[in-house]
This record gives sequence, structure tokens and C-alpha cells, in this order.
Amino acid sequence: MKLVFEKSIPHRRAVRTVESDVPETINIEKSLLRDKCPNLPELSELDVVRHFTELSRMNFGVDTNFYPLGSCTMKYNPKVTERIASYPGFAHLHPLLPQLRMGGMLTQGALGVIYEMDMFLRETTGMDGFTMQPMAGAHGELTGIMIIAAYHKDKGNKKKTILIPDSAHGTNPASAAIAGYDVIAVPSNDEGVMDVDTLKAYINDEVAGLMLTCPNTLGLFNPHIKEICDLIHSVDGLVYYDGANLNAIVGKARPGDFGFDVVHLNLHKTFATPHGGGGPGAGPVGVKQKLVDYLPISVVVKRNDGTYALDYDRPKSIGYMAPFYGNFGVVLKAYVYALMLGKEGLKRVAENAVLNANYIRAKLNDHYTPAVDKVCMHECVFSPTQKMLDNDTHAFDIAKALIDAGFHPPTVYFPTIVKEALMIEPTECESKETLDAFIDAMIEIAKTAEAKLHAFSNAPVSTPVSRPNETAAAKNLNIACL
Amino acid sequence: MPFISNTPDQQKQMLADIGLSMEDLFADIPPELMCKDFNLPNGLTEQKVRERLAGLAGKNYIDLTLFLGGGFYDHFIPAAIYSLISRSEFYTAYTPYQPELSQGTLQAIYEYQSAICRLTDMDVSNASLYDGGTAMYEAMMMALRSTRRNKVIIDDSVNPIYRVMIHSYTSNLNIELDETNCVDGHANRDQIYKLLDDKTAAVIVQNPNFFGCIDDFTDLAEAAHKKGALLIVSCYPMSLGILKTPGQMGADIVTGEGQSLGMPMSFGGPYLGYMAAKKQFIRKMPGRIVGMTADQNDRRSFVLTLQAREQHIRRDKATSNICSNEALCALTALTYLLLMGKEGLKETAQLCADKASYAFKRLTAIPGVKPHFETKWFFNEFVLDLPHEAADVIAKLIEKGFAAGFPLSRYYEGMENSILICVTEKRTKQQIGMLAEALESIL
Repeated sequence: MKLVFEKSIPHRRAVRTVESDVPETINIEKSLLRDKCPNLPELSELDVVRHFTELSRMNFGVDTNFYPLGSCTMKYNPKVTERIASYPGFAHLHPLLPQLRMGGMLTQGALGVIYEMDMFLRETTGMDGFTMQPMAGAHGELTGIMIIAAYHKDKGNKKKTILIPDSAHGTNPASAAIAGYDVIAVPSNDEGVMDVDTLKAYINDEVAGLMLTCPNTLGLFNPHIKEICDLIHSVDGLVYYDGANLNAIVGKARPGDFGFDVVHLNLHKTFATPHGGGGPGAGPVGVKQKLVDYLPISVVVKRNDGTYALDYDRPKSIGYMAPFYGNFGVVLKAYVYALMLGKEGLKRVAENAVLNANYIRAKLNDHYTPAVDKVCMHECVFSPTQKMLDNDTHAFDIAKALIDAGFHPPTVYFPTIVKEALMIEPTECESKETLDAFIDAMIEIAKTAEAKLHAFSNAPVSTPVSRPNETAAAKNLNIACL
Repeated sequence: MPFISNTPDQQKQMLADIGLSMEDLFADIPPELMCKDFNLPNGLTEQKVRERLAGLAGKNYIDLTLFLGGGFYDHFIPAAIYSLISRSEFYTAYTPYQPELSQGTLQAIYEYQSAICRLTDMDVSNASLYDGGTAMYEAMMMALRSTRRNKVIIDDSVNPIYRVMIHSYTSNLNIELDETNCVDGHANRDQIYKLLDDKTAAVIVQNPNFFGCIDDFTDLAEAAHKKGALLIVSCYPMSLGILKTPGQMGADIVTGEGQSLGMPMSFGGPYLGYMAAKKQFIRKMPGRIVGMTADQNDRRSFVLTLQAREQHIRRDKATSNICSNEALCALTALTYLLLMGKEGLKETAQLCADKASYAFKRLTAIPGVKPHFETKWFFNEFVLDLPHEAADVIAKLIEKGFAAGFPLSRYYEGMENSILICVTEKRTKQQIGMLAEALESIL
């Protein structure tokens, strides 16, 4: 397809600018001006609309069909949340208004949303305070680790390391490292979960904390989670809950009750805000009481008269992780979703997410090699059978074959502790009919892959492009049309 | 139940089919860790939730005439943008891990990267960062990595909110951060030159700066390069419709807040951190980068590239921890730049400057109101000194229907009477006149 820059026609225009109503045009000194107009294409509005409509048809979203991308919780994004986020009272609100004298009174509705969401998330996770500033999950991780660092600094603890299981998302070690910690990987046991005895060997006074997803990236809940938290606490370490997999337990159990001190949630996962093709997300961070003072500036508080205000007087705070209140528009959408679910709806999320995952797991168990042959939580992990691998069909090929069957593939090659991983997360939203169609397609693919050599090495064939050459992309780097 | 397709009967049937009970599914969670009851409200219907949220939206004052900027601006947004970014194939997709199903997102990001390079006159751009502040932090970290040095100089005419963010992010790291004090609205050359040495990784400046003043950093780029340091320029993208580009000035890394490119103010986000750089720094860049390549049939196609920099491959050695960024906001910025086109962006930037210039003249004609700086050149924001405390004057003007500006005393000592006033293309001559009358009436 043509690049938009290749569609430019001299003097074509889309938006017409308003006529100036002020008397003169100022002549800024020439040396301060650019020598020529920015080299942007010249297009009509229709050109632009057609271009992006065509591009959109080369994309696949949750609205297109089943999107079982493991650990990404691709649930349905309710349309009403988009509508509400576009209400002028929210969309046109300037973020600096509360910094004007009495300005907080001009934004009571927005501050109320942040405060109420804070309360909802506290109750959902069992924590004592939240910040909405982090703008994605990884940003939440950095915020959480900085809070842990502030706690240790305040107590005069000399801590150097953060423990992270080898099955963790790559963001965990990256976040701990940029916060200034040394990262130590803790091996998982045969079931992919953290073993209490193994962990004991890593416990010492230098341990600042442990980062954990629970259930983990294999979709398994660690029944010894409380012991693990206690073990970390025994050296005054803190335990960080990576909320990427919260969907498995939301409305059923709370990380705060397990012993976690800090959590982040991915609102674009558990709370159904759209992922936008790679953001914007939101990664609010919640903490236990002993860490509340370290939360970023500012936080929304409710005063005795029922009005909301921003508290900037936080001397122990880690400071500013974002200019204002994080991705407010995303928090707002998640708040709407939370209000619609309520107590009962929240519980049904986890139940149906786990049921759907186990339905798929049980139905595929005889056709693929399960990473762990037991009941899973919100996601299940398989590998191709030895016969498929002998026929040179790998996880990658199965993913591409699924595309031709009309489905988005699962996450592949992650977690890295499973060879040839296919990580399937169906979410609670999907119907039995959809799951059955996916299962049928998976079984059909398995049969073909076991029967034939190189069965899918040319897949996909139904997409606008076939497999792009990634090696060439990195070697002959072309990342902008100038 | 909301957003769950399966009926209770189907759920029962599925459980029976796989021979498990609902309790079996949660058996790994020790019973004492199950939460008995949540103190949460009952769920609301769509009708009720819309009523409630319309009520909350109504408690936000958006009828004020805005002369408030400070890095976040009330620009006109063409309707086609919302229509395009609302196509669900874009907004309900995940990060484009499967290129064959994501050519729409991938090509759009490639075009966004290209548009950002063209706007800033730089060689390379990434796919987006969270916002202008985190983009500045990432640029600083990139400079530290590239130079293997640990000293950074930042002028205090850089957005004070970004400066406090940088202080927060680096508080546990071994980085020497020196702040210089701007002179007459311009980055302080004398202080910067004195501080620049062979330990300096980067000099960070902003154009137009927080006070709206326009600068040319060509001299700073040369001075920084002589010492082996990088120049990082934060830039308001709308201003690049007319102003000299950071690329022309010799900047090494350019970042900024992209909100002015078609995003509503939305009480602080979601926004867009953009980042562009000279091509020698590409492998040190944080975040996603999309590259053009060919498929098996030699058709043009796009993929995420240089992934060896990223957290999912390099883990604790990655260039950044960023994963989800602001892809839909990048798409917004791209569609904005295309709908405006080269002439439209220039005209809009010129309108902003003209209206601000008119407002400056109109307001400084009021007895007792004086320009704070001697410098002549500003873009669409300027600083005035009032005869009384600015915060107080602004509060009084709110009662008259104006968000008249920002009180600089909030971030700068000795500027109690100074107000930062912003004028975009949306403000009219009539509104400027009304602000002037209202201001005059209360002084």
C-alpha cells in the first residue's frame, strides 16, 4: 500500500484555518523561524479518511474476532466508556485548573472520579492508598519500586537487590534496574511456580523486595503465596504484586490479603479500557498503610464538607511520576466499567475468565503438549507436540495458521521457561460458541501439523501481507520516509 | 452479567463438559485467602451510569474562556480525527506483535515517525512515550547511556513540572543534576558554559520555553558538542509550524508533549511523549520502533524492529522498561498533522503567534500592567507583571468567566505578581478585548 506521503498533491488542503481577526501579522526575527514549511503531505480530508480507513482494514482488534493473547487480557471494551470520556466536561478540562487559587472547586467532578476510583481499587485489592499517575503497567512497576526504595531509605536500610522469578515479564527486571537495583532471577520449579525452599536460598539482608505476578505467567496460582510474602518480610523486604494477571482473581481474592505491600493494576487489562494498538494504558499503584506517605504528589483527598481537594503537602513522597493525575481519560473509562460491574459483576469476571481458560485447556489437552497438566487460572500454556516439531511446525507456525482461521494468535514464545510456548488467555467475555470455534481450529491445525511436513510454513495467506522479513528490517534500517 | 456472553446454563454445561466445579477452578487459592465479602456497590446499567457521569462532568467548569497554557493547550481539533481513531480495528488492538494482522497500526506508526522527523528536522523517531515529561527523562537517560557520563545541566526555563519529574526519577541514581537560572527569558549561556565539562552528558533546554520566549540554541549545540555532550531540546510541536527547528539548531535529541497535535486536554491525559534524534543514537533509543521491510512476496510491509533494545528481550539491560506507550495518541497526532498539512500547520502557528502578540499589546496598554521580560520574541505565551499578586487577580477573573493565566509564583521565587498568559488560534479578538476589560476593572 502507498504511504500517505506518496499521495500528496501540491496545494491540496483538508482543514481550512480561520481567518485572522487581529489587526497585524507579527514578523518574528527571521533567524528564529524555520526556513521552509514542515514537509507534510498535502491532502484533502477525504484522502486522509480513505487512507486510514484502508489501514484500519489491515488491522485486527477485539471487535474483529477472538483475541486470546496471553497475559494481555484482551476483553471487550464497552462502547459506553468511550462516549463518557468524550463528554466535554471531562475532555475539555485543563489539567492546571486545580493549581489556581480555589481552582479545585472548578474540577470537582474529575477529582471525584479519581477519588472514587481510588476507593474502588483499594477495596478490590486490599490496599490502603492509590496513585493514578502511572501511565502504563511498566510505569506502575517503576513507581512501585521507587516507593520500595523510599521506604528503605527512610528506615536506613541498606538494600541492593530485587528478586524476580525467571518466569516474569521483561518489564519487571527492566523496571527494577532503572530504579537503581540489582536484579536477581529466582528459578521456578517444575510447575513454573516459585518454590519456598528455593527462595530461602536467596533471602538475605540485601533483599529490598520481590516482584511477583500471581497467578504467574503459566496461569498458576501459588498456594504458598503467604509464606513467600512472610519470608520476604522476615528481612524487612517488601513484596510487589504485578497486576498483569489480576483478572484471574478479581472479585474473589485480594493481593493485600496475601501479604503484598505494593500492587499495580493494568486498567487496560482487568478494567477493560482499550489498548489502542499499544497504549494509552494506565497502571495505578496501590500500597499498604506503611507506604502511603511515599505515594507520588499529588493525591486526591475528600474533605469533611464532602468536597475533593489535591494534597501536595507530602514531604516523604517519591515526587512526580507524571505531570498531573496520570492518564485521566483511561482512569475515567475504567471507573465507568467498575461502576457497571459492581460487586457481583466483578466476581463473575474471574469465574468466567478462569472457566473459559480451563474449557480451552481441557479441550486441547490431548492435541498439544500442556506446559503443566493441571487446572489453570485465567490462561493456559501449551507447546506443539513432538510430532509437530518433527514436522517442522513450531509455535510461530501455529500462530500464523490461526490467522488464516480468522483468529488472533495467542502469545508465543512466552513465558520463556516453556519451550515453544503458546499462551492462551480467552477472558470472561467470550462465548462458548467462540471458544468452540477456536478449539476446532486449533485441533484442525494440530492434525494437519502432525500429518504433514512444513504444513504451515507459508501461513498466513489470507492477510494483506505474508510473513515480513524481520531480519532485513533490522539490517537495512528504514524507519522514516524523509 | 455485564459483558459476559455465556448464560448461567452454558457455564454449567461447560463445567460439566470438563468435569470440574467452580470450586475446583479456584482450589489453588487457600480458603483463608479468599475474600468473604467486598464492600462495593451493586452494578449500574448503562443508562444509570451515563446519568451519573453526566452529573459529574457537569461539576467541571469548562465554560471559562481559557488563556491558560503552561505546556498544555486548547487548540482546535478537526472532527475527522476522532472519527478515524475511533475505528475499532485501531483502538481495540494490542501492541502489533503479529505483523500480518497489524499492518494498519504498523504503517501508521511508521508514518507518524516520518511526520515527527519532518516536523523537527531530525533523522529518527520512536513510536511514542507516555508524555512530554517522561520523554524528557528518557532522553536524559539516553544521553547518559550514549556518553557514559553522569552530569546533566537543565535550565530553569524548562517546564517546572518536567524538572520536578526529572528530580523525582533520578533521586536514587548517581546523577549530578545542575540547574541554571534563565536570563531575560533565555537559557543562561554564562552559567551553562561554566558548568559544561567533560563529565557533562547533556544540556536540556526548551523552545519556546515555559515563559513562551523563543530562543535559538545553535550556540548551545556547538558548545555542548565541543565538550562531547548532547543537546536535548524539548519543543512545543505546534510552534514548529513556523519556528526554527531543533534539527536546524543542531540538537541531538528532541522531545516534547504532543498534546497540541489533536488531543483534548482531558485533565492531564492521555497525552503523547514524542522523541526524535540524530540517527547515530537509534540503538540507544527507548520504546517501540517500526521499520519498513518486505514480505515473502516482496510486498512492502512493516514490523517492530531493533527489538534487542527492549525489555522483553534484554530484561534488566534494556534501554528502558517501557512496553505499552501511547500508540493511539501517536495516531491522533499523525492524523492531525495530515489534516492540517504543511500550509495549515504554518497558518495555525502564525495565528497563535499573531493573536498572542495582539493580546500582549492590548493587555500591556492597561495602566500598571507591564511585560516581565525585555525580550521581544515569544510564540503564543508571554509573562506580564501585574500591580497585585497574580494568584489573587486570576481568582477574581475566574469569577468573571476567565481562566486568565497561570500564577508563576507557584514554581518561581520572586514572581508573585507575574502571570503566564496563553493565546491559541481558538481565542478571538473579542475575547481578548473582554479579558482586557475585565482585568482593567479589577486592578
